[in-house]
Amino acid sequence: MMKKMFLAIALIRVFTFSSYGEEILKLATTTSTYETGLLDHVLPEFERDHNCKVHVISVGTGKAIELGKNGDVDVILVHARGAEDRFVDAGYGLGRRDVMYNDFVIAGPQDDPAGIRGANDVKEAFRRIKKMGSVFVSRGDDSGTYKKELAIWRKTGIDPGTVKSYLETGQGMNQTLRIADEKNAYCLVDRASYVFSKNMVRLIVLAENDPILLNPYGVIAVSPDKHSHVNYKLATAFIEWLVSPRCQSMIGKYKVDGNILYHPNVVSEGRTD
Amino acid sequence: MEYIFSGFKEAVLIIFSLNPEFLYIVWTSIKVSILALLLAVIVGVPVGIFVGLVKFRGRDFVAVVLNTLMSMPTVVIGLLVYAMISRRGPLGGVGLLYTVTAMVIGQAILAFPIVAALVVAAVRNHEDKALRLARVLGASPFDAYLTYISEARFSIFAAVIAGFGRVFSEIGISMMLGGNIRFYTRNITTAIALETAKGRFGIGIALGMVLLAVAFILNTGFHCFQKRSV
Repeated sequence: MMKKMFLAIALIRVFTFSSYGEEILKLATTTSTYETGLLDHVLPEFERDHNCKVHVISVGTGKAIELGKNGDVDVILVHARGAEDRFVDAGYGLGRRDVMYNDFVIAGPQDDPAGIRGANDVKEAFRRIKKMGSVFVSRGDDSGTYKKELAIWRKTGIDPGTVKSYLETGQGMNQTLRIADEKNAYCLVDRASYVFSKNMVRLIVLAENDPILLNPYGVIAVSPDKHSHVNYKLATAFIEWLVSPRCQSMIGKYKVDGNILYHPNVVSEGRTD
Repeated sequence: MEYIFSGFKEAVLIIFSLNPEFLYIVWTSIKVSILALLLAVIVGVPVGIFVGLVKFRGRDFVAVVLNTLMSMPTVVIGLLVYAMISRRGPLGGVGLLYTVTAMVIGQAILAFPIVAALVVAAVRNHEDKALRLARVLGASPFDAYLTYISEARFSIFAAVIAGFGRVFSEIGISMMLGGNIRFYTRNITTAIALETAKGRFGIGIALGMVLLAVAFILNTGFHCFQKRSV
């Protein structure tokens, strides 16, 4: 029975022309890095140099880590330091490197009904949103953005479940920002996604530049000790490529509508390759 | 209003630019759906004819189950296949998750009950004179079966078309099992979802128009085939 199933699957694979020729690297990453076009900007060169194809699966950070744990991907590029460390500590990941960072902002309606514009810090802004009962749109999934949002709520001592108009979308970053726009609501969004969608939404940035809003991205290879089938060699090459001066400067120069979206981590001051 | 209009304008431009990525997306949809449909037909038509013609215990129950499976949500099929083929699952060794093959398997499972159940309905309503006549004239069961299929081809074809419509337009399975990978598993529906998430309505509309156009062309083909073979 099992044998027949494998045979059937092999047959379908032949018919669907699955490429065995070139190597494949499976990368699970966040919706933001993919949808802002950054990966399409830096991947072709890597694919050419290593004669491979990178299959990008763009999901939330939590799902990406889950795919890594199951061995369904070879490498992950995510943004949730705590979860990343747990992934590595449990032996699932190897060779974690910082790649780049940007920051989160709170976007909201121009008339700012909760009056968060003058708030001292983000915690205060969240408190005001709760106090005024304004609508807050949350990812509500297992993404890095959502983890960050929950961390901020925790620091304020407010249970987001008690916020009157708290909406969880369960969708990607751009989609969630769009929903917040339609609802004239506040939402926590990474700056890259906001800049990317800026021309398509009416929301403006109302709170930013709080140290808690820092948003670092890390890349981790899935350990071949846990999953012997992963393409660890290519994953390592990919990590080296991401932190190479060449790729780091490509990341730092990537712009959408004249705005830089991500800041490279590794490039030393003044060096542009 | 303005953005909808400009979306349509952009859509027309995209379609006529014959952008290779755009064509690849359309090709992926066609390829996956036709392969999936083929599998579903190979299994579904004989099963449908058997259930429709042969009297056996629990036959009505099987028919009801097939009808029920027609309303199986694509995400449930996606979930079940996902659990099977993830590296952690029983078939994990093959490494099928996020491949075109996985999409074909999922969509075939989606189309199977539709094809089978509609064939059951078609066959039950159909006169089985042909079958009996063929047997009386000394045909082997297999020949009689072929004769019967050729008699009932009209209704069977309708079942196939219904199955195609379902797999060609579905998104849940493609997204969960294909992963919407560029130049690989991205098909029309997953591309529309992505472009809508990004707020690019033009590409979304263009893809939607092409989806309908392709369905129209294929259905016209089916129709001509059906007519010619009357």
